[in-house]
Amino acid sequence: MDFLNAFVSLSNYVLIPGVAYGSQLALGALGVTLVYGILRFSNFAHGDTMAFGAMVTVLVTWWLQSLGVSLGPLPTALLALPVGILGTIVLLLVTDRAVYQFYREKKAKPVILVIVSMGVMFIMNGIVRFVIGPDDQRFLDGERFVVSARTFKEMTGLDEGLAIKSTQVITVITAVVVVALLFWFLNRTRAGKSMRAYSDNEDLALLSGVNPERVVMLTWIIVAALATTAGVLYGLDKSFKPFTYFQLLLPIFASAIVGGLGSPLGAIAGGFVIAFSEVTITYAWKKVLGYMMPESLAPDGLVQLLSTDYKFAVSFVILLIVLLFKPTGLFKGQSV
Amino acid sequence: MSSDPYGDRGNKDASIANPRGGSTSHPVKKGGHASAAPGGPFLIGEGMTGGYGSGPDILHDCTIAVEKGEIAVIVGPNGAGKSTAMKAVFGMLDLRAGHVRLDGEDITALSPQDRVRKGMGFVPQTNNIFASMTVEENLEMGAFIRTDDFRGTMEQIYDLFPILRDKRYQAAGELSGGQRQQVAVGRALMTQPKVLMLDEPTAGVSPIVMDELFDRIIEVARTGIPILMVEQNARQALEIADKGYVLVQGANAYTGTGKDLLADDEVRKSFLGG
Amino acid sequence: MSDMVKNTGLFAIVGVLILLTGFLQSWNAAMLILNMGLISAIMALGVNLQWGFAGLFNIGVMGFVALGGLATVLISMPPTTEAWAAGGLRVLLALVLGAATIVAAVLLYRAMNAGWLRTLAMIVLLVAGFFIYRAVLDPGVGAIEAIDPAATGYLGGLGLPVLLAWPVGGLFAAGAAWLIGKTALGLRSDYLAIATLGIAEIIIAVMKNEDWLSRGVKNVIGVPRPVPFEIDLQNDPAFVDRVAGLGFDPVEASTIYVKLLYAGLFLVVLLVLLWLAQKALDSPWGRMLRAIRDNEVAAEAMGKDVKKRHLQVFILGSAICGIAGAMMTTLDGQLTPSSYQPLRFTFLIWVMVIVGGSGNNFGAVLGGFLIWFLWVQVEPMGRLLMDLITSGMADGYWLKTHLLESAAHMRLLTMGVVLLLVLRFSPRGLIPEK
Repeated sequence: MDFLNAFVSLSNYVLIPGVAYGSQLALGALGVTLVYGILRFSNFAHGDTMAFGAMVTVLVTWWLQSLGVSLGPLPTALLALPVGILGTIVLLLVTDRAVYQFYREKKAKPVILVIVSMGVMFIMNGIVRFVIGPDDQRFLDGERFVVSARTFKEMTGLDEGLAIKSTQVITVITAVVVVALLFWFLNRTRAGKSMRAYSDNEDLALLSGVNPERVVMLTWIIVAALATTAGVLYGLDKSFKPFTYFQLLLPIFASAIVGGLGSPLGAIAGGFVIAFSEVTITYAWKKVLGYMMPESLAPDGLVQLLSTDYKFAVSFVILLIVLLFKPTGLFKGQSV
Repeated sequence: MSSDPYGDRGNKDASIANPRGGSTSHPVKKGGHASAAPGGPFLIGEGMTGGYGSGPDILHDCTIAVEKGEIAVIVGPNGAGKSTAMKAVFGMLDLRAGHVRLDGEDITALSPQDRVRKGMGFVPQTNNIFASMTVEENLEMGAFIRTDDFRGTMEQIYDLFPILRDKRYQAAGELSGGQRQQVAVGRALMTQPKVLMLDEPTAGVSPIVMDELFDRIIEVARTGIPILMVEQNARQALEIADKGYVLVQGANAYTGTGKDLLADDEVRKSFLGG
Repeated sequence: MSDMVKNTGLFAIVGVLILLTGFLQSWNAAMLILNMGLISAIMALGVNLQWGFAGLFNIGVMGFVALGGLATVLISMPPTTEAWAAGGLRVLLALVLGAATIVAAVLLYRAMNAGWLRTLAMIVLLVAGFFIYRAVLDPGVGAIEAIDPAATGYLGGLGLPVLLAWPVGGLFAAGAAWLIGKTALGLRSDYLAIATLGIAEIIIAVMKNEDWLSRGVKNVIGVPRPVPFEIDLQNDPAFVDRVAGLGFDPVEASTIYVKLLYAGLFLVVLLVLLWLAQKALDSPWGRMLRAIRDNEVAAEAMGKDVKKRHLQVFILGSAICGIAGAMMTTLDGQLTPSSYQPLRFTFLIWVMVIVGGSGNNFGAVLGGFLIWFLWVQVEPMGRLLMDLITSGMADGYWLKTHLLESAAHMRLLTMGVVLLLVLRFSPRGLIPEK
């Protein structure tokens, strides 16, 4: 039995990737939950908003790289991120003015806005594919690892290596900063409180003098920042491919719903619940169990509960279980 | 509804559409201006006719007024349009005819937000607090339009409703019915309104709490703020009222001082149960 | 009466568009659009039943369509006897065990009182059940997939006539819809949308991964056809003589003849379903559905069982999508699990329904044809447009190359624009509900 090696192996393949993926999902789910709480519909265009923001960032990164600008060990994309956010803010505000605002004035029911967001999804999807194409794009540069498996083995003398990718560290740090900023904004500032008030009780917020159009605008700006950051982090960690972002919609929705739609805290919790379930259930446990068990009992197979292609199934089953036992999600919704 | 292209076809899917907290009113659009209209009572909704959206008229030539330092009460049977009249004064529905004047200005074209800025405080009957926010945050939201320091006002409200001071960091939704009403009134007072409008402040609270709430309302009135109030409990309301309006089917049926109406046989027979 | 004229006119316009395709491009292309248009119209009919009549938001159309496709394979493909011998029974046993585990878990949940003991018992039961299931399943799957993987490697089907697969596809979809509806509509608040979205992805994942069932990404090709093969027609002297007498080239004539046969079959299905949908709409059942949709509280107060009606209409609509899916796989002659994309098979169908007119069966049919026509034709039109735009640019200029290459992605953009324009300026769709 070798708990140390087992733990290192577990961290390497489950814990660290899970934390990184969870942070990405949490950022995505925060955007969905904000729109749900304030504009009161589920935004099907969210995955493609992430793709758009990431695309702008990728393009700017390439441009910076061609100029020879770099951040040294850090990826150049971090430098391009603010431009990506700005681009996405412009896109979302224009979309709101051209599309959503009309339906708000008509007092259209949220379901209609859901259908409208399908149209927006098609358009954004088309724009992204039109500009950058449907293929995989690489834009990661700088140092690949904070700790590489070899250095770790040499340092500790363990059999099992621990590799921490720099993108994973960057993901977690960025997510923590962004989430802290968001919560500070929502709970401590006047504008943030007006957003929460509007989400809680639209009519009363109006009576208190809150300007709904301003709240909506603020929401889109924050959503743009969240979506772009999530998209770029995911792209750095995995790779940028427009279609994967569209597919992220399901785990992101699952995260937001598991956490309790409308609750930012829930979105974060949901993101990690979904991420860890996906990684744990689709991970081949052979190695870890091999370390944990005596030689004679070591498993022969991969001990993989489900093939990785079933990761959507995992997020969905978790979602179903949570809804069956806690219909409003882990955190009660409605407190954006 | 099938007739409404922007309707939801009865869809109640919580995973895509948020059912909570949405707007249900059809307020007067933003961008209207007030014009000078000197003379007359301090606040008056005069000859108001209208209904929600494109629906049928609920109010028919209805007039409600309150003078400085007075408590005016609107009573009447269920469905008489009492709350609607109150909302109309506040601009929560589009009037087809009639005017609303406040302190020498015609404010008919103002949106509810602008009326708040002009000094109206309104406490709706239901959903009148931000349930997920703390008591203190509720009061802060009440003062949203104020740019000056409102801590003094908040202290006054805590003095008026001491229980709120104890529960200031608790979510307002967790409070009891009577306490929630205090939060709601407190929120409306945070703007230091020139007139306070209460829509059935005692709905759904126990008789003891109701008495307490009435006492508080009289206390508020003593500070000099005129109060316009819709009440289910007609007898008690008329007892504290300087002026009473009895509405029937969206129109004025009887008007007079509280004492007069209590003494009026017709009113007693029809609305006060003898 | 003027409505009648307008609607006929709209259908006529779509007809003319397809005819134009025939004259300007080729009759084969026109027939392809017509055939897929017929299938799309059926899918739209199914979604319209759910959204238009009952306000149910099904965004898992793709899953039901794919189930129909699976039914085609399972019904019509010849059985792989060696595979059945190698592990067929084992796999069936594993599936039965898996189902038994779930049933046992539900029974246990009902039998025991709430508490940590129940939770523990449930977890133990489910985990043990899962491992037993895998232990029985995996060797069987391995054995089946080892049988001539390049050609079969799966259990095959029942070898029955392919037309039988169409109703069976509907049954498959109905079964899945029953499961989803029971769960999602039964929750305290309704979570149908996310449930359908998730189940659709799971169905596709199963079809991609369970090679023993559907050959996964290796695809099932050579699905039997209800119509003759083109090559047989070309070798049939009687056919060749006949078309030669009419002045047609036998090769082209054979392909068009086959497509016409398909079109005839599809048209019959469409007309039957359309007739049924119209009948249902005017029946007391349909009126009750609309009453529920327009005022659920009142309908419930009158003693209508809203959940039951919703479940019924959800199952029916999904079954129609399943039938359409089986028809599509029959037309394609192959099952390609990786070709099922939500944009194409879920959201595009929604565009059809909204553009056509939610709540109107004829609208859904029109939307199906029109949007399918656009979906196919936007690409060549986009290319034409790009040729025009880039005609002034030098060859090899990066922007020109990029624009020409990207023309293919115009179709998504166009679909979005069409949907938004209709929602904005004609929110009831082209043929509004009466």
